[in-house]
Amino acid sequence: MTIKEELVVHVAKLAKLEFEDEEIHGFTEEFNNILDMVERLTGLDTEGIPGTYHGLIQENVWREDVSEKGTDRDELMKNVINHKDGFIEVPAMFDDGESGA
Amino acid sequence: MDFLDYTLEELHNMLVNKKTTAVELMEAVYENIEKTDGQVGAFLELSKDEALRAAKEADEKGIDPNNVLSGLPIGIKDNIVTKGVKTTAASKMLEDFIPTYDATVVEKLREAGMISVGKLNMDEFAMGGSTENSAFKLTRNPWHLNKVPGGSSGGSAAAVAAGQVPVSLGSDTGGSIRQPAAFTGTVGLKPTYGRVSRYGLIAFGSSLDTIGPFTRTVKDNALVMNAISGPDKRDSTTYKGEVPDFTEGIEEGVKGLRIGVPEEYFQEHGEEQGVADAVKEALELYKELGAEVVPVHLPHTDYGIPAYYIIASSEAASNLQRFDGIHYGYRSEDVHSLEDIYVKSRSEGFGREVKRRIMLGTFSLSSGYYNAHFKKAAEARTLIRKDFDGVFEDVDILISPTTTTTAYDIGGKIEDPLAMYLSDVLTVPINLAGIPALSIPCGFSNGLPVGMQLIGKAFDEKTLYRAAYAYEQATDYHKQKPTFKGGE
Repeated sequence: MTIKEELVVHVAKLAKLEFEDEEIHGFTEEFNNILDMVERLTGLDTEGIPGTYHGLIQENVWREDVSEKGTDRDELMKNVINHKDGFIEVPAMFDDGESGA
Repeated sequence: MDFLDYTLEELHNMLVNKKTTAVELMEAVYENIEKTDGQVGAFLELSKDEALRAAKEADEKGIDPNNVLSGLPIGIKDNIVTKGVKTTAASKMLEDFIPTYDATVVEKLREAGMISVGKLNMDEFAMGGSTENSAFKLTRNPWHLNKVPGGSSGGSAAAVAAGQVPVSLGSDTGGSIRQPAAFTGTVGLKPTYGRVSRYGLIAFGSSLDTIGPFTRTVKDNALVMNAISGPDKRDSTTYKGEVPDFTEGIEEGVKGLRIGVPEEYFQEHGEEQGVADAVKEALELYKELGAEVVPVHLPHTDYGIPAYYIIASSEAASNLQRFDGIHYGYRSEDVHSLEDIYVKSRSEGFGREVKRRIMLGTFSLSSGYYNAHFKKAAEARTLIRKDFDGVFEDVDILISPTTTTTAYDIGGKIEDPLAMYLSDVLTVPINLAGIPALSIPCGFSNGLPVGMQLIGKAFDEKTLYRAAYAYEQATDYHKQKPTFKGGE
């Protein structure tokens, strides 16, 4: 399978990343090399084999629903760039309507 | 004080017998770092004042003669959160991040009396095999300064290899403890998935991530595992079963132990002959020590790399969505819309390899490609796991090289991501299967350390330690000191 630059641009949009045109060229090539390697899986017969999506032991873990003291909000806010009255502040902006935001 | 000359037990005895103090040990750590870290570059952040204060407190309180770790120093990989101490995962995204809580492992180490000396360099978000993907600095291999220390836990491995600290913690998602341990001649354990809590480990591939120790000797490693293992209500994937004393029976030897040798792990992978030779020689020694060595097959080995890179990248793409430029972490200045905050903050904050993995993961999970990629990789994972289940019906442990080559040149693979990925061929299947594996030094090739990988049944780290200890006692590779060759 060979993918084209348009698909790379599409995936970047899904991943909320952007690249310069120059980077897209290089990236598409690297991506195709990696996908060629990944294609090795295509030849593997997995008919009737269930997927493994967990680390090792798959079971539900239950606990009593007891309230506990969480982390202090002021502490947590120390890593926020700007905040006011317990809310996170973001830059004021008007959306241009085209960004999908 | 050269930490390369002492085991943790010896340091402990010196503390108990008042031959030294916790403060003296801590001062030695910072002297060692001062002396060698300009060349090696293992540490990103030092907590000198706090560590010396804690050491003084330990001395005043008195060293607990029944607690071997009491008052001893340790270095922590920078993707493990430490309260009040900057934790960056070697990413610009978290350049100024100061966690508000300690990871469970850090809490447990403190309870055991260990003192954190600082944070260790790594590949950004643990993605890479050479530590060259750090956003902040280059770490060099203490055996040869022009070689990589391995990765992603390159700082953790280099700090122990250089004798800066007697022990450090790393993390292993696809080989990130074992490969740097092999490249630096240290002992590194990737525990069974769920043996050690991941709470406070900055998430990469959540179904693969593990935390484990780097040490100079096998028994030291087991002692640290005693302290960090166990169930944690804050990580629901931790194993609820009993945690054994990993040092118990460690001296019992390997008589009658059945060792499987997976033939696929010795086949052509562009490998260095000296590496396979060193491991084959080690297998001969195991026979002399009374073990039975039998060939086995893991037929789905070749599917490990593609399955791993799809699964790990998909989980990473999902985990790293939390970095949105809003809640915490890096935020771009150049923003004109909400979408800009997300896109520009992420594009400027993440390095190239991290973006590459997010892209691969997003692609593998996207509509139209999910079945052929993510789902297929998960099915391959089942087959890989079954390979291991099958051989472990017949043998107690498996032995292979940890890596196909010794440490390579700095700059040697960084421009070729695919070559970098393919070099993880012998470590990633173990993460996919969730089982434990230990890398120990087993010789030299071209003057650089060779690592031997001992792979065990789920939650049977004890047998790995026993087998590794027997080999270590019969050899002196772990006593060799790094040569600090090369350099600018």
